[in-house]
Parts: sequence; structure tokens; C-alpha cells
Amino acid sequence: MQQHSTGYIIGFSAAICVVCALFVAGSAVSLKERQERNALIDKQTNVLAVAGLIADGQKLSSEEVEQIFSESIQARVIDMATGDENASIASDSFDQRRAAKDPAMSTPAPSNRSKVLRIPNQGLIYEVRKDGRLDAVIIPIEGMGLWSILYGYIALAPDATTIRGITYYEQKETAGLGGEVENPSWKAKWVGRRAFDERGNVKIEVKKGIAGPPDLDPYRVDGLAGATLTSRGVTNMLRFWLGDDGFGPYLAKLRDSQAAQGG
Amino acid sequence: MEDKQRAALLDPLINNNPISLQVLGLCSALAVTTKMETALVMSVAVTAVLALSNTAISAMRDYIPSSIRIIVQLTVIASLVIVTDQVLKAFVYDISKQLTVFVGLIITNCILMGRAEAFAMQNKPSLSFIDGVGNGLGYSMVLMLVAFVRELLGSGKVFGISILPLTSEGGWYEPNGLMLLAPAAFFLIGCFIWVVRSWRPEQVEEDFHVGALFEPGHEGSLR
Repeated sequence: MQQHSTGYIIGFSAAICVVCALFVAGSAVSLKERQERNALIDKQTNVLAVAGLIADGQKLSSEEVEQIFSESIQARVIDMATGDENASIASDSFDQRRAAKDPAMSTPAPSNRSKVLRIPNQGLIYEVRKDGRLDAVIIPIEGMGLWSILYGYIALAPDATTIRGITYYEQKETAGLGGEVENPSWKAKWVGRRAFDERGNVKIEVKKGIAGPPDLDPYRVDGLAGATLTSRGVTNMLRFWLGDDGFGPYLAKLRDSQAAQGG
Repeated sequence: MEDKQRAALLDPLINNNPISLQVLGLCSALAVTTKMETALVMSVAVTAVLALSNTAISAMRDYIPSSIRIIVQLTVIASLVIVTDQVLKAFVYDISKQLTVFVGLIITNCILMGRAEAFAMQNKPSLSFIDGVGNGLGYSMVLMLVAFVRELLGSGKVFGISILPLTSEGGWYEPNGLMLLAPAAFFLIGCFIWVVRSWRPEQVEEDFHVGALFEPGHEGSLR
């Protein structure tokens, strides 16, 4: 192999970089639309799974997901501070995660353990309707685990207290340890537990070790073995997003209205 | 097919298998083999990247300045891996979610650098392509074997289809949880290497001592 001049080496590396960059950028841009649609379908599948409308891990085509989603799920934009619906914002174009980054649409969060920096002025929740009646509400949750911010949903029954399910659709925790937040058998342990105590304070927590059955030990869920910090992160984000700074006002109103209806 | 091409394609299956003889690419072989589905996608991804990177590097081999050849190889491999990751996200989103970081880690899979440096830098593009496919197949073969045993014994399934009905679902098979943990892949790959080397004793390495590295004529034992 012959010796090359310094100029040749610099020129060659520059050319390689440009060609590779064009190749990578080209593929990223051309595939972006497809990937975003996949991410949306994945998010909707998670919403349907946490609502119990499809089985966890069930495989459906994207058309089926969209159909079930549009039939039984109603997205609503909620004013976080008051808990009332904000009808002036279209729910299908509203993006809560984007709103939280926009200074005009969010406020700085008080210091919290979930490392949430800004709270959006409006939140996007999903209502599940069955035979015309409210069957569940799905609340978005997010917060710091060990390595990453976990994004997910928690589904509550119309009493705004009983947990129907929990799911995470985006997380980068250690696979096999913290990543087990996606494990169906762990998620199943949440069903039937209670998020709030009688006075309306958030009480649910992920404990270290094994929790009892839901009717005897309603406020605690098994911890993830080997993932104490991720487990703690899950507790923290539920405390935050179900609490007064998060969707607490909305859930309190929902609880009152359901109690009034119930008699 | 000429002998040389046949050798480039078939040798890596048993005679010069990247995992069992060269002992390369073990990290991903441990990580993605709990299920056959993820192992298959990983195999296809590695084979594609390997074939393309070998071809590209071989096509440039006369122009790559030797002083920066490693970083040039790495740039080519890294670009191909990112594109592969993008393609997986666009077409098999669920599986790409399960493979998580391991697609990105193809970059650090020693098989790619190894073949680029050892083969593509000396041979013409068409032969390098075949060598890439061959080594990819050798890697895939071990991956699929390990994944088959792990999925069958660990979850009673093959490609997600129930073969041994589990006790938790009313069947008779109590799954072996060890199979789902990384050490199981170590044991299986170890057994595979044992079987291959009993069948082909010429693959057994000479006794190795550190001093041998510095003696002339033993550079080959450095891996």
C-alpha cells in the first residue's frame, strides 16, 4: 500500500464523511413519515391495551387499531389547573409533549422527584366509552427512571380511583431490569389496585419486594427486581401526575361527578 | 461457481465460523437470542450490513489511506447500521422496539470490522460481498440454533407458536427460566463450539500462553 500525502488523507476523509452523511440523512428523511405513523399506531395500541380493549401483546393491523381507537376512544383536552375540558383546542392536533416544551403553552414545574421541568397548561387525556357510558379514563404519565424519561399511560375506572392498567410506550431503561416495566405480567399486577386513599391523596406506590393481592394491599405494587430506581421513578411520576400539579383537579371533579350520578 | 467463491460463501458456516472459531460477535448472540423472531431480524440485519460494508470497503480498498483505514471502515459500517436501524423502525417497528440498542451495537460487532480488515481490504468487491454473506450466514446459523433452544426450552415456543404447552397456561411443560437469561446462551454457544471442535479437531487451538504473543510467527493468535 502506497504512502499518501496529508492533503489526500484529509480530502479522502472529508469525501467519505460527506457521502456517508448524505446516505444517512437521506434514509432518515425518506423513512420519517413511515416511522412516525408506526410510532402513532404504537401509541394508540398502548392506549387500547391499557384500556383493556385489546389483549396485551395482541397483534393487529394498523387499520384495525385506528378503527377500534376511533370507535371507542375520545380524546379530550383538559385545562390542568381547573380540571375542566378546554373545547377551544382541537384534541386531534394537540400534542401534550410538544406543549410542555413550548413556553407559551406551559409553566415551569415546582421542584419534583420525577424531574418534570415544565407542566403544560393543557393535558390530553382519553376517555373510553362503552355503550355510551364512560368506562375508563386514560391519563398520560412521564418521569425520570434511572437512565431515561419513561412515557406511559395509566387507566383509571370512572370512580377515578381504581386502576385499570398501566403501560409504558417509550423508555430506555436497562433491558431485563428497569425495562421490565413493559412486562405484561408486571403490568397485570396493577389492575384493581387503588391510586387514591379515601381523602383523595395519591397513595399508590411501587414497593420493594412483593405486594399482597389487590383487595388486601390495594395501595402497593410489586417492585421490579434489580430495578429499584426505575420502580421509584414509577412511584414518583404517579404521585406527580395524579397529584395537584398534574391531573389531580380533573380527577377530583370526575370523582365528584360520578359520585353525584351514582346517588 | 468458482472454488474461491464457494469457499468464501461456505467456509464461514462450519470451517471458519465467526462465532465458533473466531469467537466474534458474542455480545449480540447473548442478547437477542431469547426469541427466534428477534434473532432472525438481527441475523438479517447483520448479514445485510456485513455484505454491504464488505462490498463498499473492498471497492475503495485501493484509495483508502492505510493510516486512517480503520476509521474509514468504521464510518462506512456505522452509516450502514444507522440506515438499517431506520429501515427496521419503518418496516418492523415492534421488533425494532424489542431489539432496542442491539441494532445500534452492530457497529461494535467485531465480525464486521474483522471481515473488513481481514478480507475486504485484500479482495475484489464481488468476492468480498460473497464473503460478507457467508460470514453473515455463519453468524445467523449459530444465532438461530441458540435462539431455537432458548425459546423452546425457555418459553415452550418456536417463532412465538406454542410447541410445549406451559403449566401456567394449563399444559404440562414447566419452562426453564435459566434459558431466558444471558448465561444460557454462553452454555449453548460453548456446547456448540465443543461439538464443532470434536467433529473438526483441527479447529482446536494450540495451548496458549501470553508470551507466545510476542514471539515471531504467532501474530495469528492475537484476536
